[in-house]
Amino acid sequence: MDQLLAPFEFEFFRNGLAVATLAGALCGLIGVYVVLKGMSYIGHGLSHAIFGGFAASALLGVNFFLGAGAWGVASALMINGVTRRRVIGADAAIGVITTASFALGLALFALFGGAGGSFDAALFGSILGVAAGDVWVVAAVTVLAAAVVFLRYRALLFTTFDPEVAEVSGVPVARVDALLMLVLAASILATMRVLGVTLIAATLVIPASVARMLSDSFTRMLVLATAIGAVCGFVGMNLSYHLDVQSGPTIVLVGATVFAAVFLASGGRRRHRRAGLDEHVGDHGRPALVPSAAPSAGGPGDRLARG
Amino acid sequence: MSSAGGGEALVALERVSCAYGSQPVLLDVDLRLAAGQFSGVVGPSGSGKTTLLKAIMGTTRPVAGTVRRRPGLTTSYVPQVDTVDWSFPVTVGECVLMARTAGRRLPWPSRAERAEVAEVLERLGIAELVGRHIRELSGGQQQRMFIARALLARPQLLLMDEPTSGVDVKTRHEVLHLLDDLNGDGLSIVVTTHDLNGIAAHLPHVVCLNREVIGAGPPREVLTAEVLERTYGATMEVLEHGGMPVIVDHYRSADNVVRMRRAR
Repeated sequence: MDQLLAPFEFEFFRNGLAVATLAGALCGLIGVYVVLKGMSYIGHGLSHAIFGGFAASALLGVNFFLGAGAWGVASALMINGVTRRRVIGADAAIGVITTASFALGLALFALFGGAGGSFDAALFGSILGVAAGDVWVVAAVTVLAAAVVFLRYRALLFTTFDPEVAEVSGVPVARVDALLMLVLAASILATMRVLGVTLIAATLVIPASVARMLSDSFTRMLVLATAIGAVCGFVGMNLSYHLDVQSGPTIVLVGATVFAAVFLASGGRRRHRRAGLDEHVGDHGRPALVPSAAPSAGGPGDRLARG
Repeated sequence: MSSAGGGEALVALERVSCAYGSQPVLLDVDLRLAAGQFSGVVGPSGSGKTTLLKAIMGTTRPVAGTVRRRPGLTTSYVPQVDTVDWSFPVTVGECVLMARTAGRRLPWPSRAERAEVAEVLERLGIAELVGRHIRELSGGQQQRMFIARALLARPQLLLMDEPTSGVDVKTRHEVLHLLDDLNGDGLSIVVTTHDLNGIAAHLPHVVCLNREVIGAGPPREVLTAEVLERTYGATMEVLEHGGMPVIVDHYRSADNVVRMRRAR
C-alpha cells in the first residue's frame, strides 16, 4: 500500500495524475461525439496536425499553447471546411493536411531541435514536465467542454444524429460542427503532453466505445464515457510511474483492457440485441414487416384520390 | 408548365434552376404550392425530386429564378428513413424532442415539452413507444416517429422524401392514410415518390418531374402515356381501374420489349 501511495509525495506526480485524470475525462466526453459522428479519423488527424504547430512553436520560442493553439484552430477549421465540401474525398484531404503537418513537425525537430525530451513527450506522452499551470489549463478546457456540451446539448445531439434535418429545422449545423472541432482541438492541445499525439485518438475513441456498449442512452453515454476516461487516466498514470513506461501508452492500454473486457462480457447481450432487431414492436402487436405484395391501384389508398 | 393549386400560395417557384457544380439538376421549374395542397412529385432517379424539396426548403440555392415563400411559413422535412443510424443511442421520445432545439437551453425537456411529445406520439398512434430505443421500431413506426418529430415543430408545410421507399404494402397504406388525415387537418404536404400506382395515383395532385416540370395537376389529367414517356423516357401504358389511372410499365420484362419492337 505504501508503495502505491509513495509517488503521491511528489508534486510532479500529483500534477501529472490530475492532468491525466482530467484529460481522460475530457477526451471521454468529447469522444462521444467523435465516435457517434464517425469522425475518429479526424481526432487522429487533428492531433497529428497540432504536432506541426507544437514543433514550430517550440523552435521559435513561442508559447506552446499560443503557437500550437493557433495551428490547431487553423487545422480544425480547415478540416471542418474540407469535410463539408466534397471536392475530393474528405478522408483523403484530411490525410493530406494532417500528415503534412505532422511531417513538418518531424522535419523541424530533425533539422533544428533534435530528439529531446519534449519531442518524445509530445509523441508518446510524459508525466515529466507537467507543471501546476498545466493542471489549470486542462481543468479550464474540461470546464469549457462541459459547458459547451451542457449549453448546446440539443443542437449537438441533433447535428450528430441527423445533420440534414437539423439544418432544415434551423440549427446552425456548420457553426455547431465548427464549435465541436474547436473544442476537440482545445482538448488535444491541452492533453497532448500527457497523452501524446500518436495516442490521443485512442483516448477519444475507447471510453466512448465502451460506454456505447454499456448503454443505449445518449445522456448516460456522456456520463459513462467521461467516468471511464477519468478512471483510465488515473489508473494509467499510476501504472506509468510504477512500470516506468510513458504515460500515453499505459493510459491507452488500460482503456484497451477495459474495452476488451466489456466487449467480451457484453457479447451475449449484443447477440440478444441483434436478435431483437428482427423482433420489432409491431404496429398492432404483430410483426410489422409482412411479405410484400404487388402494388395495386385499389385498396385502402383509394379514398385519397380526391382530385 | 406551372402547377396551379387553388388557395393562397405557400411557396412559388418561378423559373428556378439548380445545379451541382456544372451539372444542372433542375431547369426553369415553375411550381406553386397552395395552402392545404397534398402533392406528389414523381420522376425517375436523378430527376431532381430531392433537389426540388431542398429548393422549396431553401437549403439549396437556385442558380437562376426565384423561390417565394409566404412570410412566416414554417416547414418541416422528413428524410428517407435510411438516412440515419438507427442504432444511435436515443429513445423515440428523445428523437422527437430534437425538433425543439431552439429556445430552451437546458438538455432535459420541460414538463410542457414532455406533454407535447406525448400528445404528438398519441396522435400518430405510437404513444406507447416513447421510451423505446429507436432500433426497436418497424419501418412504419420509424416513419411515424419522423413525422412526429416534424409535427412537433408545428409546420404549415410538410416535405417528405420517399416516405414509402422500402416499406411493405401495409405500411405504405398506413403512411398514406396518416398523411391524408394530417392534410385533412389543414397541413400542406409534398411527398416525392417513385411509386406511381401505390402512391402518386392516389394523391389529389401530382407533379411529373424530369429536371423540368413535365406536367402538374390531378393524376387523372397528368398521368397520361405522353407525360409519363417524357418523364421516364420509357413507354408506359395508362389503364383505368375504378376511375383511377393504373400505369403499366412495358419495360419490366424483356419479352415485352421484344414484343413492342415487333409491333413497331
